[in-house]
Amino acid sequence: MIEIDVFRRPDGVAVVVPQGRLNMVAARQMKDLLAILLEEGSSRIVVDLDRTTFLDSSGLGALIGGLKGARQAGGDLRIARPTPEVLTVFQLTNMDKVLRPRDDVESAFDA
Amino acid sequence: MSKRLLLIRTIVVLTAVLGVNYVAWRWLHSVHWAAWWIAVPLVIAETYSLIDSLLFGLAMWRLKERDDPPPAPPDRTVDVFIATYNEPIELVMATARAAQAIRYPHETWILDDGNRPEMRAAAEEAGIGWITRSADWANMPRHAKAGNLNNALLQTEGEFLLILDADQVPLPEILDRTLGFFEDEQMALVQTPQWFVNVPDDDPLGSQAPLFYGPIQQGKDGWNAAFFCGSNAVIRREALMQLGVSRYAGEVEVGVQRALKTAGTVIAEAREQLDPDDERVIRALDQIEYDLGRAKRELARGVALFDVTYKFQKRVAAIRRDLVEADLTALQADLAVIAELEEMTGEPGSGLATLNPVALEQMAQRDWSPLGAVETVQALVEAVDVDRAGEAQPIMPLATISVTEDMATCMRLHGLGWKSAYHDEVLAHGLAPEDLPTMLTQRLRWAQGTVQVMFRENPLVQRRLTWAQRLMYFGTMWSYLSGFAAIVYIAAPVAYLTMGILPVQALSTDFFVRLVPFLIINQLLFFVVAAGRPTWRGQQYSLALFPVWIKSFTSAFGNVFLGRDLDFAVTRKTGALDEGPRWDLIKPQLIAMAALTAGVVVGLVRLAVGQAAAFGTLFNIVWVVFDLAIFSVIIRAALYRGFNPGVSPETPHGGASS
Repeated sequence: MIEIDVFRRPDGVAVVVPQGRLNMVAARQMKDLLAILLEEGSSRIVVDLDRTTFLDSSGLGALIGGLKGARQAGGDLRIARPTPEVLTVFQLTNMDKVLRPRDDVESAFDA
Repeated sequence: MSKRLLLIRTIVVLTAVLGVNYVAWRWLHSVHWAAWWIAVPLVIAETYSLIDSLLFGLAMWRLKERDDPPPAPPDRTVDVFIATYNEPIELVMATARAAQAIRYPHETWILDDGNRPEMRAAAEEAGIGWITRSADWANMPRHAKAGNLNNALLQTEGEFLLILDADQVPLPEILDRTLGFFEDEQMALVQTPQWFVNVPDDDPLGSQAPLFYGPIQQGKDGWNAAFFCGSNAVIRREALMQLGVSRYAGEVEVGVQRALKTAGTVIAEAREQLDPDDERVIRALDQIEYDLGRAKRELARGVALFDVTYKFQKRVAAIRRDLVEADLTALQADLAVIAELEEMTGEPGSGLATLNPVALEQMAQRDWSPLGAVETVQALVEAVDVDRAGEAQPIMPLATISVTEDMATCMRLHGLGWKSAYHDEVLAHGLAPEDLPTMLTQRLRWAQGTVQVMFRENPLVQRRLTWAQRLMYFGTMWSYLSGFAAIVYIAAPVAYLTMGILPVQALSTDFFVRLVPFLIINQLLFFVVAAGRPTWRGQQYSLALFPVWIKSFTSAFGNVFLGRDLDFAVTRKTGALDEGPRWDLIKPQLIAMAALTAGVVVGLVRLAVGQAAAFGTLFNIVWVVFDLAIFSVIIRAALYRGFNPGVSPETPHGGASS
């Protein structure tokens, strides 16, 4: 089971930190967690991938599901600090062209 | 190279040389132009058959008869999916219990698209998982089996998926015999044969496909183009999900580009109808136009799409808020159209990229109140934005462009660089249709699905496929054109026997010396490739079902290009099975047979009264007899009264038993 930390910044942005392998086994947990955040009214979410050692397409799919929900709620989902290995998954699916990874969590919602 | 492959390649080369020699000679030296109305169709039909034969030869060139599979690695996680919609509970449960008994550790799921309480109860009682569509699918296009599988994919988590139709009962060793292939990390899919237990030895409905589930798949496999056939296949989840995510990224991009383009037109239209005194609105439109231009420039510069749309949406929302008081009356009328726009994106069978450009154009042409224009721009951008409105799930791994999701999905997987394998061992026992109407409906569906893919995603222009892969997919589509050739092969001998019209210039030695060796070598290729598998039934049906193949082209054309329902003009199944033979369903074939027979009678009369040449008449009668032998199968099919279980079926081809 993957461990996912969540905390809220004073500006209302929710920061989600998956630690370990965000793969097909963890995808549903991630999806459900994002859905709960949205239900609680956090429509601005940053997923910090700094401590995510592995991402597969199912994990990426869960993030897209959360993105859909966030946009529908008038907010957005941003990703930050992917490792080079994780970034490869974005490139393989061309997701890097539509969803730009941010360099750090703090400024993920700037500009 | 094995002796067998050497022999096959030798025959393939001979077939190609003799075939090209014959058809080139036909075009250049022997078309009877005066009788062009039959001569030209015949030479075209012959060219068609030659290309068919060359494509078959290309597949056989790399015939890949895989050895025993590598041993299945331990500790992989597998989900077994049994897709059902309305099949009888007992039939589904028989398959499900067999699936449960598969030896390799796995989880079994019944994917119940019918959402039946009694199905659920039966599954739960047996300790089998039951999945039905999630709430996301309410009021969304359902996409039949592809939708059913896409839904289940997001509710399970195994590394591999075994896909089974409700009437394909798996053997306990099915996973042990297939998972080993996935040790190759690039392997996305392993397909095994579909073989049916309820079919007598003489297979009157042509249910078994021993040539397809055998040499044809093995040939495609040699070019890394083994097909996914919807059931009895194991798939790597990561490959499917990667396909789903990359399709999503691609379609969102196309959709947003298109929407931004239309948004520009909408604003221009609104501007024209503006009262020049309404400065507030003019300013708002100016702002939106500016933001629109900036969005387009940013996209062109390669700024990430979601950043561009997010900023643009926020800007438009802000402008709109400022403007809300500006125009309330005209807004009412526009709201209806905006709602219509949202509905449009929910049109079944359309991905974002297929959002109808004509409809978008019509939106742009409408008279807009200024605030309405702002609303519409926003609706347009939202409609094609990340949330993929109009689809239940943003990620749709199994292709929804065709009624047969398997072929399109497999082609896209190959396009992403994944591999597939065909393992020629019967690992499931299926049930085939037992009556003519069901069989005809099923064949029509398969053909329609294939033709839909050809029209929507023509393999010949898929740049990410190798040329051999493109030709392997195209070859299957090409084979369905045989319906048109069949008509010519019926008409030509009838024209000669009844009117004395010869489509070739002369039935000369030149003609026979080119034709006969080609025909013989072509049959020899079949014979060697089949290696004892029956091929005659398949050859019969490829011509005898000519009305089905033709209908598949016309209906798929109407569906893809004219937006018609696929069932447009399809004969509905009526009445019970016991009504007797359904001659009405094979009327075209009966008419063809009557014409052929009448041709022979007239030909003999003409010969008797000295109006026809003996050799020409004899040659054409031989041709007619061949045609009748081909078509005779459809009579047997109509008379077939279902499988008698007293007769045990032949041992399955290939596999553990051979």
